[in-house]
Formats: sequence, C-alpha cells, structure tokens
Amino acid sequence: MPFSSLSDIKSRLDAGETSAVEVARLYLDRIAAHNDSLNAFVYIDAHHVLAQAEASDKYRAEHEARPLEGLPIAVKDIFCTQDGPTRCCSRILKDFHAPYDAQVITHLKEAGAVLVGKTNMDEFAMGSSTETSAFGVCRNPWDTDAIPGGSSGGSAAAVAAALTPAALGTDTGGSIRQPASVCGITGLKPTYGRVSRRGIIAFASSLDQAGPMTRTVKDAAMITAAISGHDSRDATSVDGAPSVDWLGACDATDMKGLKIGRPKEYFVDGMDAGVRASVDAALKQCEALGAEIIDISLPHTGYAVAAYYVIAPSEASANLSRYDGVRFGHRCDNPEDLLDMYTRSRDEGFGSEVKRRILTGAFALSSGYYDAYYLKAQQVRTLIQQDFIKAFEEVDIIATPTSPVTAFKLGEKTDDPLTMYLSDIFTIAVNLAGLPGLSQPCGFANGMPVGLQWIAPAWREDLILSAASAYEGATEWNSKVPAAFSSNGGES
Amino acid sequence: MSWEVVIGLEVHCQINTKTKAFCGCSTEFGAEPNTQTCPVCLGMPGQLPVLNTVAVDKSILTGLAIDATINLESKFDRKNYFYPDLPKGYQISQFAVPIVEGGYIDIPTKDGEKRIGVTRIHMEEDAGKSMHEGLEAVSHIDLNRSGVPLMEIVSEPDMRSADEAIAYLKQLHQLIRFLEVSGADMEKGQFRCDANVSVRHPGDPFGTRTELKNMNSFRFIKQAIDFEVMRQIEVIEDGGKVVQESRLWDSVKNESRSMRSKEEAHDYRYFPEPDLPPLRVSQEEVDAIKAGMPELPGQLRKRFEIEFGLSPYDADVLSQTRNLAVWYESLVAAHPADPKRCANWMANELLGRLKEASEEIENSPVSAESLAGLLDRIADNTISGKIAKDVLDAMMASGSDADTIIEEKGLKQVSDSGAIDAIIKAVMDANPEQVEGYRGGKDKLMGFFVGQVMKASKGQANPGMVNQRLKELLK
Repeated sequence: MPFSSLSDIKSRLDAGETSAVEVARLYLDRIAAHNDSLNAFVYIDAHHVLAQAEASDKYRAEHEARPLEGLPIAVKDIFCTQDGPTRCCSRILKDFHAPYDAQVITHLKEAGAVLVGKTNMDEFAMGSSTETSAFGVCRNPWDTDAIPGGSSGGSAAAVAAALTPAALGTDTGGSIRQPASVCGITGLKPTYGRVSRRGIIAFASSLDQAGPMTRTVKDAAMITAAISGHDSRDATSVDGAPSVDWLGACDATDMKGLKIGRPKEYFVDGMDAGVRASVDAALKQCEALGAEIIDISLPHTGYAVAAYYVIAPSEASANLSRYDGVRFGHRCDNPEDLLDMYTRSRDEGFGSEVKRRILTGAFALSSGYYDAYYLKAQQVRTLIQQDFIKAFEEVDIIATPTSPVTAFKLGEKTDDPLTMYLSDIFTIAVNLAGLPGLSQPCGFANGMPVGLQWIAPAWREDLILSAASAYEGATEWNSKVPAAFSSNGGES
Repeated sequence: MSWEVVIGLEVHCQINTKTKAFCGCSTEFGAEPNTQTCPVCLGMPGQLPVLNTVAVDKSILTGLAIDATINLESKFDRKNYFYPDLPKGYQISQFAVPIVEGGYIDIPTKDGEKRIGVTRIHMEEDAGKSMHEGLEAVSHIDLNRSGVPLMEIVSEPDMRSADEAIAYLKQLHQLIRFLEVSGADMEKGQFRCDANVSVRHPGDPFGTRTELKNMNSFRFIKQAIDFEVMRQIEVIEDGGKVVQESRLWDSVKNESRSMRSKEEAHDYRYFPEPDLPPLRVSQEEVDAIKAGMPELPGQLRKRFEIEFGLSPYDADVLSQTRNLAVWYESLVAAHPADPKRCANWMANELLGRLKEASEEIENSPVSAESLAGLLDRIADNTISGKIAKDVLDAMMASGSDADTIIEEKGLKQVSDSGAIDAIIKAVMDANPEQVEGYRGGKDKLMGFFVGQVMKASKGQANPGMVNQRLKELLK
C-alpha cells in the first residue's frame, strides 16, 4: 500500500477495506522509519495526524465522504497552518505559529484530507536543491547523496519514498516541477491565478503558485480540483477562470490529433545525454499514441533565467522586509538601537542565499538601476509570454525536459549559485508567462529519474492532464520506486 | 533686489471609509492601541491586500471636483522603507500612474482669483503610529492607523506666498469636507501638509527647494513657510546656498530644523505592487460618480448670494460644509419670507452658540424648522429680536420650540397701547426731573426713557410702540 496512488487509497477507503486511521498509521510509521535518512519532514505531530484521521473516519460513518476523505497529504513548510509551526525553513521564523490557515489548507480540510506535517524546503523557497533549508539538507530517495531538487524538495522526497501519498508544493521558477522531475514523481504548477496565494508565505508574488506533488496524474488532478478556485481575498486569484473537468481530463488513453510542440531551445548542447535520450523516447511514445510532434521555436527562452533572477529577487526583497524583528519572528538579543535591531535580527535570521537575493533585488530596484534591470526584465517577460502565445497558435501543447540534468550530488553546486540557477532553465519561462506546467517521470539517466515537462496555454490544465494521463497509461515510469524505501511497511 | 517665493504643497488626506484600504478593519479614531488590526494590516506572512472600492470612488469624486482627468487604468506600487510602524516594510501607494492627474483649485487673493494647478491625486495606505514620549529605551507602536486609506493631493509650485498657500489649503480643506470624502480633522491628523518651498529673483529659474514635513495646522504652516522663506533668503544673501533637504517645524521653538539631507534621502525602490492588478474603472462608473456629485462650495456661495441676496460673508459661512448649506436651505424653506434674516440668525446666533458648545450643525439641538418658528415670532412681532435671543438660549437648553418657551415664560411682546401707556406713566412718575429735562429740550433723554420702559416691561414691550407712545406722552 505505501506506494499506492491517492486514488487507489481512496477506492479502498470508499470500499471500507481500510480506514483513515490505518492509512495514517502506515505513513506515520514510514515517516518514523525513514525520515532520519531523508529529512523530508521538518515537522510532524503524530497525535494530531491520528486525531484528524479519526475525525475523518467518524465523518465518513455519518456523512457522504468528501473528495479527499481520509487521504494523507503533506504540505511544504511555506503554507501557513494554525496547527504547528510555519517556518518556511528559515531561522527568522523559527518560533512562528500562524493564527490562520492558508486558503488551500482550508480547501484541503474542507475536502476531508488528513494533513500529515510540514515538509522541508529551501529557505523561503529560494533554491533548487533544498540545501538552503535552516533545518538541514533534504535527500533524494533514489540516492541519498543526491539532492531532491528544490525548493519543494521535502515534498518531492516524501512522495517519492512514500512517506506520504501526496504533498503540496509551491512553484515560483520550477519549485514543484524540478524536484518532481529529479525524484521521479508527478508535479503540477497550475495557471497563475488558479489557486489562491493567501496564507502562502510570499517569495515572488507575481510568480508563486501552489500545486500538487503526487504519484499519478489523476492524483494531481484530484488535489488541484480541491485547492483551486477564486478567493475574494487574493486580488490575483482570477474570478471566473475557465473551469476544467479535472478528473474527466485524466481518462485520456491516447493523443490522437494532439499537436505537440517541441521547442528547439529546450533541446540544447550541454544537457545530459541520458536526459535527452529519455525525453526523445517519450516524444516517440507520444507519436505512437497518435500525437503529431512539431518543431517550434520559443526565441526568447535564453533570456528567461536572467529576467527571472531580476524579477523574483526584486519582489522578494520587498516581500521579506516584514521580517524585521518588530512584530514576529526572530529578534536579536539586546539591540543597541533600531538599526542594530534590524540589521542583526535579519543577519542572524536569514541564510546566505536569501540575503543574496534580497541584495540582488534591492539593487535591481534602486534608483538609477531600475530601468536597466527591473524594467528590462519585465520587457523580456512580455516577450517570453508572446513567444508562447505565438507557439500556441501552431500547437496545442508543448513538451520539454523538465530539467537539463538529473539530481546532482549534495554540496556539488552550493558554492556556485549561477550554475545552481541554471537548474531551473527549462521551468522558469512557464512562471514568467503564468502558464500551467506539469512534470512527470519519463525514464532514468545515470540511475536517476528524468522528468518530462508539459506546458499548455493559460487555463488549459485539461490538455496537460489528458496528455500526461495517456503517456502515464502507456508507460511504467511512474510506478518505479526507490529500492531503499520499497519495503511495504514502516520497517526500514 | 526683490525675492519671489515659490511654494508647492502635498496634502495627505484620510479618506473617510468605514474600513481600511486593504482589509476589513475599522478606521474609527481613538480606539485602544492595536485593537483595530488583523493579519493583513499587521503585515503577517502570506496575507494579501484587497482594495477598498469606496476609497477609489471617493478619490475619483475628488478628482472630478477639481476638474481633473480620471485615469481609467491606474496602478499600485510598493514604496520600500523600514520603519517599525510600517508593518510590511513597504507602503502600498500609486507612483507611476495615479488615479487622478491634472486639475486645479481657484483661490481668492488680494488681486482676485488665482488658479493653482493640482498635479495629481493618488491613493495610498497610512502607516501606524510610533510613540516615544515618556518611554525609556523602548518605543510603542499602535497599528490601528496602519492601512487607513489616504489621498495624497500634490499641487504645482504655483503659490507665491504663505498666504496663497493657506488660501489653497483652506479651499482644498473646504472642498474635501464638502464632498464628504474626508473628515479632514486636522487635530486627528486627517489632513496633513508637506510644503516645498524655494525662493528666487523674479524671472529666474526655480531655486533649490526644501521640504517642510507633516504640518497639521494652518497657523503652523504659515509660520513654518514664513520662517523658511526668511531662512533661505538669509542663507543666499550671506553668500551661501540652500541645501535640498527635509525640515521639521518645531511649533514650540517656532523654528524649523533639518531632518535629512538629499544624500540621506530614502531610495524608496518603487516597483509595481504584484499583489494588486491594475485598477480599472469604466467611464460609466466615473459618469455615475459625476452625476452624484453635490453642488460645490463655490457654486453654492454664488447661488446663495444671487438667489437669497446674502452678503458674501454670510454666503461663505453657510457654504462651508454640505451640512451647513443643507441646513440653511431647510431653514429658508420653513421661513421663506426672509432668507437674509435666516442667514443672519443661523450664521451669527445659532452657529455662535454651537461653537461655544463645540457642536457641529448636524448635532444642533434646535432644528431648522424650530429656528424658523422662532423667526416667525419675530416677523409677526410676537417677540422682539432681543427677547428672541433669550428664547433661542432656552431652545438650545431644552430643545423645546419657540412658542412653548414664549408661552411658558410669558415673553409675548406687549403691543397693547393701554398697557404700554401705563408703564410709561409709571416711569414718568418715578422720574419727574428727567421729564422736566426732556420737556426743557434735552432730546437725548429719550433713550433713557426707552430703556426704563423696556426694563420695566422686562423687554416685552414692542419697541416701536414704546418710542411712538413716549413721544406722545412726553410732549
């Protein structure tokens, strides 16, 4: 059971073959057994998990089961929850307890889900390897010396090792898709505005979007159905967004008539040969399923990383100003004066990557540099959006590798931020354009999972879910499990 | 050589909404510190702003009233700076594209009306309040004001004296109160002013300006500008240069002091607020706001002068606020015979008494209908104007109507010639010397007799008849 999909567990719960408490116990046991070797979870309250599971079983006994009744779902430490701490894996929030739930947490609770705990992440979601976490690095279940990707590395590792059947992540520049890719699971970043950002600790407000990390495409659809929808208290959540038949879209078994764009800028020299081979094979499979592969160009792709690393830090520099030691979060001991309180609290509270981005952003926005950096980056963003709009006049959907490489070793790139930033080279443009994107497993290279990325026009998650479901149905990649964690029970 | 003063003003005006600019917290003034806050206006992680559309409508109304352009698409920006009473570390404001651009306010000057340009009006949120006084080694912060909506109204550098600046501020203050877009209570900080001041020789380009920050009384603003003008002239005449800086007016010492220089000025790192989409309003919405716009003070003043024959002074007093004007018009409706008497009694008697009681017209214990009742009794000679003032005092105290008080206190004017003659005779009997004197040619003694008779009648004798009968009987 541990490696079952969410929908399988749901079927068994619905059939009365198991209970929410039994399911919760199973995963709590696995967390107890395996978390030390992965550090995927940074907070677990087993009593509270069981209490939720009991309440769910009681609810099921008395009412009709809700869409996620009794299903365990872990959430990244970036989601504010009234239960337990919310720390964004930063020292500056080490004692922070939110007095409110994020809107998506409310949605999960209302759908009957059992919230399992908080997963590890790069501090404030700034990173591609979950190595900048204040609570220690997280490891990849396929090779515990390798990174699980980031920033939602804890969620990815937890799902890949079946410490939870599903998790929520957030994606600002690839933080759901890239860890999903390198951990061999499925991760969906919905269209910007599809899911409320309220109660999710902001990194880059114009890019952040929450989404599911799961074992199957249908599981991702189930969760997205539950967490999406207009929120009148998030002005960027779109009212009247085109709706999607989330589960129906997952019934697709072929790709007949589907025009898949293959952007040449995403198949470049320097990418891992094994990754390329896996993705090429995946596209062949798509052809076999009836799709037409069309070579396209997204000419401004090369500028995406640079634009992103101006826009995201700029927004972050302002978003992180509220951590000033005045009202909540870390305050230094015995400040001499106000300036000392600010500088020492922030110096002690933030890690070096967060500081780097705050400085980068403050610089890009400063008087005399704004036009050259921020404004230019926004212009590039518009060009990238137009690239996609043009491409989608020709094709229905775009397929690319999610990451140019498989999981690298822990520590390999921590001293070289620029190389680290290139991990997101294939995922960033999707955020800049506000589009939906999904990564699903499509093979292995160097013994490590490879991800296939799907990109669709805004609000067309249905196209992604159909294509990814058809591909998943025709292949076995998503059912591969990391050997070290493949035993059935909680014993390690 | 003569000097010319150049002044531009920035007014921060609290928009009178029930709730804050970006959350549902109350904006009520004077609550216990930090009781009107929520995760949004406390800047808690993950919380997002949602724009209060009432604040938008009121900003548009203000723009329309100064004949400005309403931008159908405007934008919000973040203004970044650290201060403990600024919870997010940035203020949501409008920088690049404000909701209102280009307008004007006409002000009275000794040389006639002058037009002062208004560059822009933009919306923003207020910060909280820091309190340092009486505290040692700590400061206290009250975030009740954090997120309260403001309009910043920025003028062109069109004013040439402190008096013109004050005239502009008074016109603006009146207009804003009239439109009911702000309480504009200066003591509560709902109408605060920064002044940009420079001097030059006429015809020269603008001189270096200094900014006088955060003044909230017309008197201080005038003093501060006058002081600053003299200071700058002295600096230049002593061969120095004016330094661009922000200065703070000390109303106790009557002097300004430097707050921060241009070099120390904040770099606010403005950039578009990603949590709020561009603010779009339709022409139809703007038109609807325009259709609901009340008659403005200037229009009312002119109408009062023409339609009711009021003096410019009375017309001005009675058009100060919308409530005053409405009250005056109801008074005239209830006492249509004499609009000037209405104006006189309302402006001088009623408002004087209300001012003593520190009450506004809307809380007047005497209604317009009730005051009209009093004026009716003057008109029909039931009571004299002098007695009427006493009756008004009693009406203010008890809330009763004029007739009841006149009846209860027996204040009816005596117009019965027999009764008046009886009083006159008694007065003459008591003052034989004066009678003799008058009859001997001392005409001035008439005043003495009138006074005595009125006194004896407790003021109730009809003064006209008293005069007439005295002349007759003293012959």
